[in-house]
Amino acid sequence: MSAGILLQLAQTLLAILLAPLLMGWVNQCRAWLQGRSAPPITQPYRTLRKLFHKDAVIAHTASPLFRFAPYMIFACMALAAGIVPTVVNDLPFSPAADVIALVGIFALARVFLALAAMDIGTSFGTLGARREMLVSFLAEPALLMVFFTASLISQSTELPIIVQTLAHKEFVIYPSLAFAAVAFWMISVAENARIPVDNPTTHLELTMIHEAMILEYSARHLALIEWAVALKLFTYSVLGIALFLPWGIAAQGDIAALPLALVVMIAKLLLGGAALAFLETISAKVRLFRAPEFLGTAFLLAVLGMLIHFLLEV
Amino acid sequence: MSLTYHLQIVNLLAALLLLISFAMLSQRRITGLITLFAWQGAALAASTALVGWSTDQHHLYYSAALTLALKVIAMPWFFYRLVKKLDMDREVEPMINIPTTMLIGIVLVIFAFNLALPISELSGTVTRSTLGIALACVLLAFLMMITRSKAIPQVIGFLAMENGLFFAATSATYGMPLVVELGVALDVLIGVFVLGIFFFQIRETFDSLDLKHMEKLKER
Amino acid sequence: MEIYWLLGIPLTGGIFLALWGCRKHAPEINALFSLATLLAAALLTHRIIEQGPMMVGAGWFFIDSFNVFLVALTAFVAFTTALFSRPYMRIEEEHGKLNAQRLRLYHSSYQIFIGAMLLALTTNNMGILWVSMEAATLATVLLVSLYRTPASLEAAWKYFILCGVGIALALFGTILLYFAAEKILGSGGTALLWTHLNGVKTQLEPTVLSLAFVFLLVGYGTKVGLAPLHSWLPDAHAEGPTPVSAVLSGLLLNVALYAVMRSKVLVDGALGSEMAGNLMMGFGLFSVVLAAFLIKRQTDVKRMFAYSSIEHMGLITFAFGMGGAVANFAALLHMTMHSLTKSAIFFAVGHATQKAGTQLMSSIRGLIQTNPTLGWGLMLGTIAILGVPPFGVFASEFLIITTAMHEHPWATPLLLLALGVAFASIFGKVQPMVFGETELPKLPYQPALTPVFLHLGLVLMLGLFIPPYLAAWYKQAAHLLGG
Repeated sequence: MSAGILLQLAQTLLAILLAPLLMGWVNQCRAWLQGRSAPPITQPYRTLRKLFHKDAVIAHTASPLFRFAPYMIFACMALAAGIVPTVVNDLPFSPAADVIALVGIFALARVFLALAAMDIGTSFGTLGARREMLVSFLAEPALLMVFFTASLISQSTELPIIVQTLAHKEFVIYPSLAFAAVAFWMISVAENARIPVDNPTTHLELTMIHEAMILEYSARHLALIEWAVALKLFTYSVLGIALFLPWGIAAQGDIAALPLALVVMIAKLLLGGAALAFLETISAKVRLFRAPEFLGTAFLLAVLGMLIHFLLEV
Repeated sequence: MSLTYHLQIVNLLAALLLLISFAMLSQRRITGLITLFAWQGAALAASTALVGWSTDQHHLYYSAALTLALKVIAMPWFFYRLVKKLDMDREVEPMINIPTTMLIGIVLVIFAFNLALPISELSGTVTRSTLGIALACVLLAFLMMITRSKAIPQVIGFLAMENGLFFAATSATYGMPLVVELGVALDVLIGVFVLGIFFFQIRETFDSLDLKHMEKLKER
Repeated sequence: MEIYWLLGIPLTGGIFLALWGCRKHAPEINALFSLATLLAAALLTHRIIEQGPMMVGAGWFFIDSFNVFLVALTAFVAFTTALFSRPYMRIEEEHGKLNAQRLRLYHSSYQIFIGAMLLALTTNNMGILWVSMEAATLATVLLVSLYRTPASLEAAWKYFILCGVGIALALFGTILLYFAAEKILGSGGTALLWTHLNGVKTQLEPTVLSLAFVFLLVGYGTKVGLAPLHSWLPDAHAEGPTPVSAVLSGLLLNVALYAVMRSKVLVDGALGSEMAGNLMMGFGLFSVVLAAFLIKRQTDVKRMFAYSSIEHMGLITFAFGMGGAVANFAALLHMTMHSLTKSAIFFAVGHATQKAGTQLMSSIRGLIQTNPTLGWGLMLGTIAILGVPPFGVFASEFLIITTAMHEHPWATPLLLLALGVAFASIFGKVQPMVFGETELPKLPYQPALTPVFLHLGLVLMLGLFIPPYLAAWYKQAAHLLGG
């Protein structure tokens, strides 16, 4: 039992600490692909340290929500990171949320971010909040459909059971999972504000979705939010790996398999990060009113995956 | 339930076929549409050949070869040339916007799956579960036909419908008798030629292939 | 043996005319090929009357009394239409609406079209039936757009797309039929042979066959012109050249209905219920009523008669749907009468519109003055198609309505109302065309009106007296169809 709790804490801490590194790796790959030299992989850590040392400057019109939101967001992301099986399956926190509640946790973080963006009353904040809601309004049902497909195959909505079933079944090609994987990719791109839905490196406010919401934050609040964003990307990546490439995750209580699980996870994350960078480089950001189409396609693919499961795999 | 590997791949190809049908619905450019049609033909030929191999029905090899020759090579080449010669506007103009079309498409897929269930149960083939997908492809192609106002997308919708029907025949009964399939292929080929000639006539008279010009004959 | 002549001659004609159809004597060659086809058909008919139904060519072809009379009718109307088109197309060429190239296309497509229809009628294989129906459609698409006007292109496009969709649905119906048949007859070519299917029809799976029939009815029904899938018909008839309208109305609709009926026989045997017949009655009745009420609004003479075709085919479908010896007999008789009369009307109308240079009824007046034969031809044809005795159409309509009164009384008021409305509309529009005042001079040339009077004469004769062998023949066919 205590070993479990230790493992849980270790996994959560690992996630929190590794997330900025994943961000750095993605930026590094992008720079390679674009033929320029990148800042070192540890640059995000330096940014965070710099931000923590600064003094926070907060507008007069800010309410207590403004100050509270970054902590809330970070806490949600940390919880999500702790629940999703990264190296070990079925840890003590897992019963805290099944996949549906996981979607709810993400939604909670998003709500707080949007409210905080509108809190000050600037037009860019509201702009960002509205756009973010447009994107997520379509992304959430799609994500739920993806999870439904996975849970229909494994007959449960509990993440540990899903991962265990998918990891240990004999290798069968599930077309429904193939569709769900593509849909999941599109959704995670939208939710994490990557190209082709949103450009994370843009400076032009009118093209921002996510960045516009955090324009007013500074110092430790901004640091927490940036960390939470990195953590969200990490969690989505690990979630995708757990659902679609689950081989290598240690089963519950299997300490001996931990080192292998760790190595496998790092390898998969490296590959995933590189793939993300590659796809970002070859696509362009879509116009804002094409974003619903993009997400509509993701929803469609997810629903198709579910229907195909009923037709071909029952 | 564990299927043999080739049948799993057939299922995967069937899912791919459905995906391509949806992609055709959401495609904005005519050349992209033709490419997707070629891919659909390729997936169809591959799945037919695979079914033929796994069930020892040799006539399916001939059907697959015919599909490959006609629908992957000959017809897309013909359409590419047509598009170039006619020098037409490259955009497909759907009559209802694309997200709505996709939603209607999903409803049609559910309808098709339901319709196919009783028939699948009666079938004796190993590929019977893909009958629902075949029907869905037919209905989606039909949707594409009626929501497009340009000539070439309508024709591609028609040919995609024929692809779906061919796949339905393969999945429900291991294909129709070869002579019938040859006849059908011949008809489709002649149909495409007739259409080519027809497009030139339309272009000569209307200077465009937008079918909105051809809505004058209504009930007065 | 005759069957190979029957099918080979139109096909050879098509190829021959594709190469030499632009020469001066092409219309005569066309008529000659049609005559040869008619002779082959006559020989075939004679053999069937003597020997009864037979399978030819190792089971590939099957001729019984149902399709042999359609074969004879098709060959006959094809021949008379070829005769009519001879001077008609020459005059069109003189007026500048056509050139030699297009005439070449016209002549060769004409022969191929006839060949495809004859193949559809004589084949034993339901799959080949489908293939030849599609081939017949394709042969006529380019014919409808022959004049290259915007309206004719639109009509041809609509024709192609609507009939294409219909035929795709019919293909699905055929696939389902094969699916049901394969269980009993085994896979391979024999599972689609109608004779074999007819033998085992009670063993075929009912659910699959009922679904198959729905698709086959909707699919082939589009080509019959059943409402609500009829919208290609008025356009195609109005915009195509008159000979094409004549063969479409007189022949293609019949062949499509033949395909439906072959399927119906199988489905009736498998289901044992009246579903197929009820569906056909519903579609038929709907077509009759819809067409009758739409006739009133027509201003184009060919469109009006096209709607009349929809109405009559609806009536025939209704009669076949009712089933039983009398109704089937009446339907078969009506098929013949309608073919002959409608093609005769189109011949007369063709000359009238050619002379007047327009198809609008308001612009054609006083035909009886400018050319009495033409005027009388049109008048007689119109009253024949409207079901006035002693023409044959009256006899068949009478039989249909009395059977309806007997078995389905609820339908009779609708039928009578529709027929009455159609009568009033058509007669009211044709009468000024024939008897109105006009200042136009007489026609400079002699129109080819022999076919008109030939057809009308036959219709009149059959209305007064059906020769016993013909009556026996119809009765046999009616019995085959489930009488």
